[in-house]
Amino acid sequence: MITGNLKTSYGADEQVLDNRWKRLFLFSAVLGLGGIAGFGNDYIILIACQMGIMVIAVTGVNVVIGYTGLMSLGHAGFVAIGAYATVIFHNAAGGIIPDGVLTLVAIPFAVAVAALAGIVVGLPSLRVKGLYLAVATLSANFIILFLIEESFSAPWTGGMNGINTPTPNLLGWALDTRREQFILIAALAVLALLGAQNLFRTRVGRAFIAIRDRDYSAEILGISLYRTKLTSFAISAAYCGLAGALFAYFYARILPEQFELQLSLMLVAAIIVGGMGRMMGPVFGVIIIVMVPEAIKVSFGALAGGGAELAMIRAPLQEIAFGALIVGFLLFEPFGITQIMDRALRALNRWPFARG
Amino acid sequence: MLAVQDLYLSFGGIKALQGVSFAAQPGQITAIIGPNGAGKTSLFNAISGFYRPDNGKVIFDGQDITALRPDKRAELGIARTFQNIALFRGMSVLDNIKLGAHTRLKAGVFDALRYFGRAQAEELELRADIEQRVIEFLEIDHIRKAPVSALPYGLQKRVELGRALAMRPRLLMLDEPVAGMNREETEDMARFILDVQEEFGTTILLVEHDMHLVMDICTHVVVLNFGAQIASGPPETVRMDAAVIEAYLGAAA
Repeated sequence: MITGNLKTSYGADEQVLDNRWKRLFLFSAVLGLGGIAGFGNDYIILIACQMGIMVIAVTGVNVVIGYTGLMSLGHAGFVAIGAYATVIFHNAAGGIIPDGVLTLVAIPFAVAVAALAGIVVGLPSLRVKGLYLAVATLSANFIILFLIEESFSAPWTGGMNGINTPTPNLLGWALDTRREQFILIAALAVLALLGAQNLFRTRVGRAFIAIRDRDYSAEILGISLYRTKLTSFAISAAYCGLAGALFAYFYARILPEQFELQLSLMLVAAIIVGGMGRMMGPVFGVIIIVMVPEAIKVSFGALAGGGAELAMIRAPLQEIAFGALIVGFLLFEPFGITQIMDRALRALNRWPFARG
Repeated sequence: MLAVQDLYLSFGGIKALQGVSFAAQPGQITAIIGPNGAGKTSLFNAISGFYRPDNGKVIFDGQDITALRPDKRAELGIARTFQNIALFRGMSVLDNIKLGAHTRLKAGVFDALRYFGRAQAEELELRADIEQRVIEFLEIDHIRKAPVSALPYGLQKRVELGRALAMRPRLLMLDEPVAGMNREETEDMARFILDVQEEFGTTILLVEHDMHLVMDICTHVVVLNFGAQIASGPPETVRMDAAVIEAYLGAAA
């Protein structure tokens, strides 16, 4: 309940968690992650790991699409670069760098390579916008996968057949179970979200939003469109690179086909459902995008008892539900679940004096 | 302070500017007036860097800036507002104004990701500065957290002025600062413009159709008609100029 503005310093006024419902929400979210790590069964851990990796990638997509307003359909390419860079680094530096340190170097390496790729792929954004940029980044996705699949890179990437991935090892602690990997993924996902949140409290992130809202106005304030757009692409690709590195560690083998257009579209769909240009958008979006197919699978199994014929109907049904979900959000809640959460938190904060 | 020398600009067959030359004196208010389509906004766009003139120079503080990009000109201390408000609609008033200080802030990407430390210190310092210099000055403290898209037109104009002031400009360019305002709002805006001149010593260049405002607060007036400069001088002489009267009212029979 709001009883007045009791802030006495600008520091207090600039806080992100400015009411106790938000603090409670964050506290319970962190507690929930701890609960999953401690008590979740294998199935829950598996789903949670997939979500964690997705959240990092979607946060990256959010930076470019949600905050900078540049359409991109190529982000699966950056995830691929992150994943392959990690594996290649492990294979190349395996004998030279001790095992316990290798992961700690490989992840930043993958992030840096992805960021560089992001700058290159972002170059068209200096010239084109909207649909044209979507097509340009889309082709970047194909080019990246082509380069990975081709025979000249096959010795390093395994070509079409994919490549086995290493086990992460943090200073002697080998994360060889999914539960241990979940701790790494969850910790990095939380850090990634915090980083993104911080970004948009400062000049760097504000400049992104300025370009999204009105680019010529941003320029008149001294924001270099060239540098800012490329920075946005680099940060975004870096996030996807991190997701890619974790992806490689999490699965036993990576294949080029895992990083096709399908994944790029999933990332964009997640941000539409979650809420573009909002910090918690990726989290809500990924929860929905991952949970809805799972829920359909589980409820179908319960209803039909796992008959082979009914399982045949399930797959297309899942696709239809997925499509309907996105169209539904675009029509009825274009700012995604974040908007719904905002309304709920505001109502809680004002209760019992006013609703909404 | 700002000198425009023999500026020519054309779009295909349309000659938007034909040999415009004037100088804005430091600390003074200079107005550019003229009928619709006279080239006033084109001139503004050439000065702020959106249009590259075909011929002529824009000199700011002794430096030839004709070839600089708009963001570089902003770094030199040129700020402007737009005729049809160009605020960032997705942001609060506070964030809009903070963006004005973009070039003065130093935090890089890695400071920003960490936030605590350098970036936070800088942000809090900025907040204190704009509260005092901009928000209190323009009397917009009651709306600082409001999204700009929810504000009435007159206030949006004021926020846009605030964003320009947060740049601590040496040259402030106002494109029709009181267009569409009623008398009371116009008087408020005139007072703010005079306050800016007095308090910060800013050189001001404005395009305006409200002749009362122009004649009252400006020390120098430049008159354009069909891209050509037809008069230039203090308001009293420009008002009596035969060419100006003809441009506005038509020739006497």
